[in-house]
Amino acid sequence: MARDTDPTRFTIAEARDALAAKDISARELAQAHVDAVARARSLNAFITETPDHALSRAAQSDARIAAGEARPLEGIPLAIKDLFCTQGVRTTAASRILDNFIPTYESAVSQNLWDAGAVMVGKTNLDEFAMGSSNETSYFGPVTNPWRARGRNDDLVPGGSSGGSATAVAAHLALGATGTDTGGSIRQPAAVTGIVGLKPTYGRCSRWGIVAFASSLDQAGPMTRTVRDAAIMLKTMASHDPRDSTSVDVPVPDYEASLGRNVAGLKVGIPKEYRIDGAPPEIDELWNRGVAWLRAQGAEIIDVSLPHTKYALPAYYIVAPAEASSNLARYDGVRYGHRASGVSDLTGLYERTRAEGFGREVKRRIMIGTYVLSAGYYDAYYLRAQRVRTLIARDFADVFQRCDVLLTPATPCPAFAVGAKTADPVSMYLNDVFTVTVNLAGLPAISVPAGLSHDGLPLGLQIIGKAFDEATVLRAGRAIEAAADFRAAPQDWWRSA
Amino acid sequence: MPVDRETVRRIARLARLAVDEGQVAAMETELNALLTWVQQLEEVNVEGVPPMTSVVEQRLKMREAGVTDGGYAGDIIKNAPLAENHFFVVPKVVE
Repeated sequence: MARDTDPTRFTIAEARDALAAKDISARELAQAHVDAVARARSLNAFITETPDHALSRAAQSDARIAAGEARPLEGIPLAIKDLFCTQGVRTTAASRILDNFIPTYESAVSQNLWDAGAVMVGKTNLDEFAMGSSNETSYFGPVTNPWRARGRNDDLVPGGSSGGSATAVAAHLALGATGTDTGGSIRQPAAVTGIVGLKPTYGRCSRWGIVAFASSLDQAGPMTRTVRDAAIMLKTMASHDPRDSTSVDVPVPDYEASLGRNVAGLKVGIPKEYRIDGAPPEIDELWNRGVAWLRAQGAEIIDVSLPHTKYALPAYYIVAPAEASSNLARYDGVRYGHRASGVSDLTGLYERTRAEGFGREVKRRIMIGTYVLSAGYYDAYYLRAQRVRTLIARDFADVFQRCDVLLTPATPCPAFAVGAKTADPVSMYLNDVFTVTVNLAGLPAISVPAGLSHDGLPLGLQIIGKAFDEATVLRAGRAIEAAADFRAAPQDWWRSA
Repeated sequence: MPVDRETVRRIARLARLAVDEGQVAAMETELNALLTWVQQLEEVNVEGVPPMTSVVEQRLKMREAGVTDGGYAGDIIKNAPLAENHFFVVPKVVE
């Protein structure tokens, strides 16, 4: 590998090889990314930059490599969504209510990454408490998508909620990033920024130390530039953790090794309900190309039906706010975070603290959640939504009797303009129409960049798999990636000198 | 419409969110729009369908009942806006 290669152009796999071959030092690799982060502040991808952390850890990595003791992610610069608690490093969930919170502990997933030798370049921006699909609800301001429509200079959203992580990876500010996905928050931003995003099976990664949004739906996963890199990161992120009772004690396979197999004979379901009225024709066209790609590689294509698909979003917008209203009850101005001043009674302290600390979308969801759980409404809303959720999971169980994976579009549209959907919550929620079903059923799914829209913006295809079968999801994702041969990249207009 | 202004005030109180009178009308409109949208779930026949309680079929593990963690009160109050001698401080609640 030539030394004049820009180290931020590496994939994780390439960087691993270059470090092992001593073509580059971990310190050089970290410095290149620290510099890239500093030059890209106009994107607002990071809430907190951690250059000292990156460089000191990289020096340790160099010592490890020199001693022949390199670990799986030794010296790999990563960005961490600011929803993962990091010991001694401010963790905000992009909320005013946590803007001064410095955890005294480390999340299980980030600890796994550090134990494998990875280094942190910073904490990425997100929608407040991961509630959003455009990164516009952040207390720290919106993130700008590195991509612009062909011939235009308008700022576009990077999707959400993991919009900062998606932007960091797409703009080459980190080799990979962590995200969390409650209704599409990894896959949707990955799709609209032209990168790979994987939501693992519920229970695959420990939720311990991740700021909770909706506990029965939240799952951490990798955001990377290639499917292979997602496989590499997931291997380290996944683990059984007794501190999260929903973390499942099953072996974590070598996902990277599973990429070696082709998709000949793989049974790929095409769910007809994902063809929706009003979606731009280019979404369907891309989907059809994906079908052709997999068929050409020997996969068997099967038309299937998931009849309750249209009820997934409304069920989600009962279940997720209900869980959020309960999880966010902890922010009381007493134990950590923002506290309203000048209030002399306890209830008033709670009410003023929360009114000042939470943004509008978070309040909206707390109100909805409190309402659907309140006496007299619980059965009509929450219980009914949980029954519908059972039906959605059964739809998937039925088709997975006949299929190994499903292929669908990842999003109903490419990246849109800042402010385009903030006035109407339901129009914003519809961005997750293809991703939210998977969260309700707890299944793994990946979004892979597969093509460009008519105006030059990235679009993704989604592969959905059986529970704990991320290996097959990655294998099918790799087949899409290979056929799509997606090489388009955003112009680096954001770089400051 | 599922909620009126009085309901908005009651829910805000339950959620411990101070809501200015000026925000109540906007919240009423928003909540009604969302609750009307989710009412499409009433079309679904859920007769005899159990509510989902866990997406992954697994038996929760048992463990020995015992203290496994603790002994760092300093860490616990480290982020407290107001603390004294390892206690959180709140406005007076008992006269």
